[in-house]
Amino acid sequence: MSEKTLTRMDLSESVFREVGLSRNESAQLVESVLTHISDALAAGESVKISSFGTFSVRDKAARVGRNPKTGEEVPILPRRVLTFRPSHLMKDRVAVGNKR
Amino acid sequence: MIRSELIQKIADENPHLYQRDVERIVNTIFEEIIEAMARGDRVELRGFGAFSVKQRDARTGRNPRTGDSVMVEEKHVPFFKTGKLLRDRLNGK
Repeated sequence: MSEKTLTRMDLSESVFREVGLSRNESAQLVESVLTHISDALAAGESVKISSFGTFSVRDKAARVGRNPKTGEEVPILPRRVLTFRPSHLMKDRVAVGNKR
Repeated sequence: MIRSELIQKIADENPHLYQRDVERIVNTIFEEIIEAMARGDRVELRGFGAFSVKQRDARTGRNPRTGDSVMVEEKHVPFFKTGKLLRDRLNGK
């Protein structure tokens, strides 16, 4: 595995190469896509991107947790968590691409 | 929200862009993330989350219907970890 880490900059660069926009505008568009996805999720909506995957928000009930170091009991409040379920296409491409 | 609604929102905010270019932009972003993971790379989007690849070791599985043992090969699966900012936003912080 090459184990490189891509960032917003790499995504903007791809957008810049793909469409004839300025680097600055490409970066803004990447940000705007992430913002719209985050806004929908924060509003409790799920976001389903066909052939990519689905982001959904789940409610977790309160439970009693434990500090693993001290053994002390701590209450864990009810909270919302995000789960991402990759599409079959993504799973297949990741499995095939990383096969040795 | 689905892909087409996301594209529409971006198009509405950018009236100077052609709809088909907005489609290409949005598709490029998702495609780039998949390609990175297919190479074994991570994609770290601060505040939003990080896409990475996890290795699942080979194991002996069982056919749940017949109970027969079967070898399951090592494989790689996509994984997403939510960023701190987004996690806080989900909880109204």
